[in-house]
Amino acid sequence: MKKLLAALVGTMALATAPVALSAEATKELKMAYDADPVTLDIHEQLSGGILQLSHMSFDPLVRWTKDLGFEGRLAESWERVDDKTMRFKLREGVKFHSGNEFTAKDVKFTYDRLKESQDFKAIFQPFSGINVIDDYTFELVTSEPFPLLLNTATYIFPLDSQFYSGETADGKKKSAIVKHGNSFASDNLSGTGPFVVKSRQQGVRMEFERFADYWDEESPGNVKKIVLTPIKENNTRVSALLSGGVDFIAPVPPTDLDRIKRDKNSELVTMSGTRIIMFHMNQERVEAFKNPKVRQAIAYAINQEGIAAKIMKGFATPAAQLSPAGYQGHNESLKPRYDVKKAQELMKEAGYEDGFTITMMAPNNRYVNDDKIAQAAAAMLARINIKVDLKTLPKAQYWPEFDNRSGDMMLIGWHADTEDSANFYEFLTFCPEAGSGAGQYNAGNYCNPEIDALVAKANVETDVEKRTAMLQEVEKRLYDDAAFVPLHWQDLAWASKKNVKIEPILNVMNFPYLGDLVVE
Amino acid sequence: MLAFLVQRISQAVLVMFVISVIAFAIQDGLGDPLQEMVGMSVSMEEREALREELGLNDSMVVQYLRFAGKALQGDLGNSYFYGKPTLEVIAEHLPATLELVIGASLIIMFLSVPIGVYAAIRPQAWLAKFFMGVSTVGISIPVFLTAIVLIQIYSIGITIEWFPEDTGWGQWLNGALTTEGGLPSYGRGDELTHLFGTWYSGFFSTDGLMHLVLPCVSLASIMLPLFIRLIRAEMMEVLQSDYIRYARAKGLSAVRINFLHALKNTMLPVITVGGVQVGVMVAYTILTETVFQWPGVGLMFLEAITRSDIPLIVAYLMVVGLIFVITNTLVDLVYGLVNPTVKLTGKKA
Repeated sequence: MKKLLAALVGTMALATAPVALSAEATKELKMAYDADPVTLDIHEQLSGGILQLSHMSFDPLVRWTKDLGFEGRLAESWERVDDKTMRFKLREGVKFHSGNEFTAKDVKFTYDRLKESQDFKAIFQPFSGINVIDDYTFELVTSEPFPLLLNTATYIFPLDSQFYSGETADGKKKSAIVKHGNSFASDNLSGTGPFVVKSRQQGVRMEFERFADYWDEESPGNVKKIVLTPIKENNTRVSALLSGGVDFIAPVPPTDLDRIKRDKNSELVTMSGTRIIMFHMNQERVEAFKNPKVRQAIAYAINQEGIAAKIMKGFATPAAQLSPAGYQGHNESLKPRYDVKKAQELMKEAGYEDGFTITMMAPNNRYVNDDKIAQAAAAMLARINIKVDLKTLPKAQYWPEFDNRSGDMMLIGWHADTEDSANFYEFLTFCPEAGSGAGQYNAGNYCNPEIDALVAKANVETDVEKRTAMLQEVEKRLYDDAAFVPLHWQDLAWASKKNVKIEPILNVMNFPYLGDLVVE
Repeated sequence: MLAFLVQRISQAVLVMFVISVIAFAIQDGLGDPLQEMVGMSVSMEEREALREELGLNDSMVVQYLRFAGKALQGDLGNSYFYGKPTLEVIAEHLPATLELVIGASLIIMFLSVPIGVYAAIRPQAWLAKFFMGVSTVGISIPVFLTAIVLIQIYSIGITIEWFPEDTGWGQWLNGALTTEGGLPSYGRGDELTHLFGTWYSGFFSTDGLMHLVLPCVSLASIMLPLFIRLIRAEMMEVLQSDYIRYARAKGLSAVRINFLHALKNTMLPVITVGGVQVGVMVAYTILTETVFQWPGVGLMFLEAITRSDIPLIVAYLMVVGLIFVITNTLVDLVYGLVNPTVKLTGKKA
């Protein structure tokens, strides 16, 4: 009798849940981003657009909360077994869009595929294996103690292994990751996420519908249908919101922030971002940059606060280091050090009172106001007698120049994929080494093996406090050495109609959790 | 006729060849397509492997020969971004552009002929002077500005409070100048009718037509003044000619003279210019489509450039070249029909 009752309650819960959900989720959301996802294969490319799609149609094991903590999604709980092993317990009763049951074998399938993905394999390089213990338990094993295991687990969006296995009618493997050209996975999708892809016309529109069997019944989200239109032109995107054509847009260009604030039907949400904009000073090309005093002089000559206020119209947070607030390496004591007098003195001490001429390069359509920032920096350097020959290029042409290190000072923006300070150092300040890929974007050729060693040590330190201290020291030493010129962290902005409550679902990573979106 | 077509086809082949060579020659200046295909943190080796796979490391001549060999079999390669054959991508985007051009052409035809004729028959009338004045302004405003102003007025709406609210006339003026907005400002809308193949049309639903209004008006705004002035000038010239004077002397009705005899001869140069302008209009759609996020080939081309999607750029240029050749050929044929004295091949009959 007890059993029967339990079964009865169980079936009732099952039967009522979807009904309650479909009664709730009735709203339609029209939204416009600057681009649509390049592909439906979330392992084909690591980009903001793909991660946004991942959070719509898939669920990660764990995800970031607003304050950069973690919350379990498909993983219900996790615990460290030893230095190198973390055991995860999975949520039960989760279904894929195809109807298949979600189990640990799907996680293994996804893990193996990530290890093969050109774009993701670097992130998963510290992992040595995955042990499936039973249907709902598995362990991730790293070769060294790895403090960023959970950060990396936010990138594991389990794929439906059954759906992506086997061959297509024309004999191609369904699991293949193809960068260009068509593959099964780039056109078909089955995840556990809140939204099923209904139709997709690349570059034109994409339609999503709420997944009727979505596991997260506690989600307050009530959006039934999403129509995503990519609108590249800033002005058109803003007009689409103001004219009521769409309900939600991102990004909002800084020039239109006031226009949206003034509009009584729209709401604007801004946040300080985590993408650092900075200049490298190439020591290989310019002898003077080898002298720390010259580098410091440049650091003193650039007015970060001025750039953030005047050029970015307050839409940026002035930076004196790489790590934004909230990251372990963020060192509160480091402040922008604008002081022209001091800069001139340093130039004199270094023996370059009369200055010299350098070339500077920057993209003109990659970051917000990138070309204007470079112009301002060039003008600021003129005050310490450094004559700048500036060249700005469209991004498609800029990056090949960057790879060739064609300019003496080059602008770059960087966002840490792991949301961790070490990622900045590894790519931007490590001694460049072609084989390992260290310092791949270090266009300054700055090299300090001591700092690199310290970062390497922090990378195997699982004690948060110790690790934080190490990374903050790295940041301080880079600052003292003026290894580069940090400018600011670019802010983020979204806008919506008043009845679309976007604020709670937004975060600094710029993956809106649309599954939880409430529309009134 | 046959000789004419053969001549035109051989010209077309030559044009295609030249375009493809030029498009290939400039690709180095367009940047690295890999940047859009891989994430920032992908290592140099991975990039090199992908570059090798795409054949980007081969010399320009080898790449061109490979492309030309396939092109002769009708395969213009795969778009990097869409991952599909470029011709398929263009076929998907072309209907949107054609509808835009058709819509704009209709507006131009139905407005330019009556206005042009009227301005020619009554050059001194204030209304004619007004039209001419407006057309001068119209021709000198760039299309994206027209588009932005149209969007602000007709889709977002403006509130005017310049005049005193407490007076009757002020209230009336404020009310008259304030607009509600409401017209769609982007895209083609949800209700498209499938005609055939890749052609989904917006002409058969209210929603689709509403979406067409602003883009078509913007696009038409550049060409309309040109055609009004052209028709007016041609018509005035024709009205001075001997056979019109004779017709007047003969006592034919003004309507018959103006709309049958004069208009027919006025239209000859207009057709020639029109044919060329249709090609130019395809080029202007790039701007219009960008402002209205109109999913046609213009927008597609602009995005292909920012992504260095070289196969798509080359294919687009070749298709547009082909469209120019075809429209010019058609114009010449129509010209022959309207004016039988014209010999197509330029030889004595």
